[in-house]
Amino acid sequence: MEPGLRTYILKRVGFAVLMLVGVSIILFTIMRLAPGGPEAVLIGGEFSQEAAAQIRQRLGLDRPLALQYLGWAGGALRGDLGRSFKTGDPVAALILDRLGPTIQLTFGALALALVVAVPLGVVAAVRRGTIWDTLGSAVALFGVSFPSFWLGIMLILLFSEVFHVLPPSGLSEYGREAELAARVRHAILPTLTLGLIQMASFMRFTRSSLLEVLRQDYVRTARAKGLSGGRVVWRHALRNALIPVVTVVGLSLPTLVGGAVLTETVFAWPGIGRLAVGAVFERDYPVIMGVNLMVAAVVISANLLTDLAYCVIDPRISYR
Amino acid sequence: MTAPVRSERPSIFDRFTRNRRGLVGGLVVAIMLTAGALAPALAPQSYSSQSLLNRLQPPSAAHWLGTDGFGRDVLSRVIWGSRVSLEIALFATALSLVVGTAVGSVAGYFGGGVDTAIMRAADVFLSVPALFLILIVVALFGASLANTALVIALVTWAPVGRIVRSECLSLRNRDFVHAAAALGAGHARILGRHLLVNALPIVIVQASLLLGQTILIESGLSYLGLGAQPPLPSWGNMVVEGRQFLASAWWIATFPGLAIFVTVLGFNLFGDGLRDASDPTLRGHSP
Repeated sequence: MEPGLRTYILKRVGFAVLMLVGVSIILFTIMRLAPGGPEAVLIGGEFSQEAAAQIRQRLGLDRPLALQYLGWAGGALRGDLGRSFKTGDPVAALILDRLGPTIQLTFGALALALVVAVPLGVVAAVRRGTIWDTLGSAVALFGVSFPSFWLGIMLILLFSEVFHVLPPSGLSEYGREAELAARVRHAILPTLTLGLIQMASFMRFTRSSLLEVLRQDYVRTARAKGLSGGRVVWRHALRNALIPVVTVVGLSLPTLVGGAVLTETVFAWPGIGRLAVGAVFERDYPVIMGVNLMVAAVVISANLLTDLAYCVIDPRISYR
Repeated sequence: MTAPVRSERPSIFDRFTRNRRGLVGGLVVAIMLTAGALAPALAPQSYSSQSLLNRLQPPSAAHWLGTDGFGRDVLSRVIWGSRVSLEIALFATALSLVVGTAVGSVAGYFGGGVDTAIMRAADVFLSVPALFLILIVVALFGASLANTALVIALVTWAPVGRIVRSECLSLRNRDFVHAAAALGAGHARILGRHLLVNALPIVIVQASLLLGQTILIESGLSYLGLGAQPPLPSWGNMVVEGRQFLASAWWIATFPGLAIFVTVLGFNLFGDGLRDASDPTLRGHSP
């Protein structure tokens, strides 16, 4: 490995860690600055000042903010994210429990979006100005304009209420042991919802990036050599055109995970998003922190990997 | 002496009016804004007047979009609901543009350490999934108009800042900027009178696209129960209420969602049209 690249990687990794610390400090501060606390939710109904103070002391919320943060961060470094205020379960276990469904949902949606968007983007670019191009831009435009939760509900209306072919929700009722067929049937509508929303930006990027590449000299050379149009596009142009698309896929992760919150709520999907929504309503600070830290870590590492993948895919990029 | 001849190049306005999709978008936006502004006059009924005898009526001449579970007129509630969505969207977008433009232009103009610091801060905000952060703030601090708008602005200023920055970066080495500096113009004057004025078309395009995005975010929050509280209608909470009647009364969830979709589509078409008109070379290039 050349020294320039190594320094670059080290710098980027260092910065990613700093960013994670920054995010955790911001989140911690925001949460503790909020009026009200978990005691109202935990006790429920009327309660005295003493009872509230007692609970705050038990949860360690009476200590100075900086100490609370350091205590939490120390634990987090050892992999201990604390225990849920509400159930007393370890936060890490709660998250692990919900991670599988969310990963399945987001990766399924990502795969679906790519499988549809990349070919559509290629066709839209190659057949520029034709009906295919118009269709492609319609898909892109609709994708960024649909409220995901409503799209989900409309899909339920169509496939569950009108045609009765797919279950509307309720994967959680089946739990983990559910047979594969049932799980797949439950996954179709949520994956479709999240995937359709995500398709738009991938398709736009593939199209504009390929249009850019098709103008390059080496493409003209390939054509001049007498290669067929299809070969030029798929073998020569698309490879380079997909480089910016890789970045977009990496950068789309925050939207994807954010979209999962709504999609999971609509379809009662037992994932991270619903865990987060529930924790926020119950002011379960350790769970909120844990979920957000994990999501931020995933997003930051994805960005880091995208940047590093760039160095490998495209040797022309200099590392500074 | 004859009056100076204006250039033959069509103006932005001329180019925009020739863009059919942009015009349609502008029309949709105008209709929705009018509906929101004139809701008390336009809505056939009040948003809260109930009539349990008229529960769950399908669309008819009396109730164009049907009635909901309390016998309230869905059309009236969709019209009133536009107020909540548009108020928050306009407020949040304005805030986001002001912050993004100020920060982005300073970063692009001064460059160096200032630029690095600002852009790294933007990176931090870009790496927290927006909806998670909004969810936390709104749930913990309360779902008031100001809170919701503020936190939406908090997560949307960064992309605006990046775009304005790159525009200012490319403008700052142009001859007219050097000329202004040579004539003794200070930083504030160069930024305000020369850079920002030229970056304005891009900011306006962003405004239109951002309005669509903020409407989506607001409706998502409403859907989670963190927006306008019943009986005040917002498009998002109407969809939630309609969800439970999906099997028997499809219209309750369908029409408010359609209103969100059409409005956001309108802002996106309008923004795309404006972009094409302000810079034809960018056509179809934006993410």
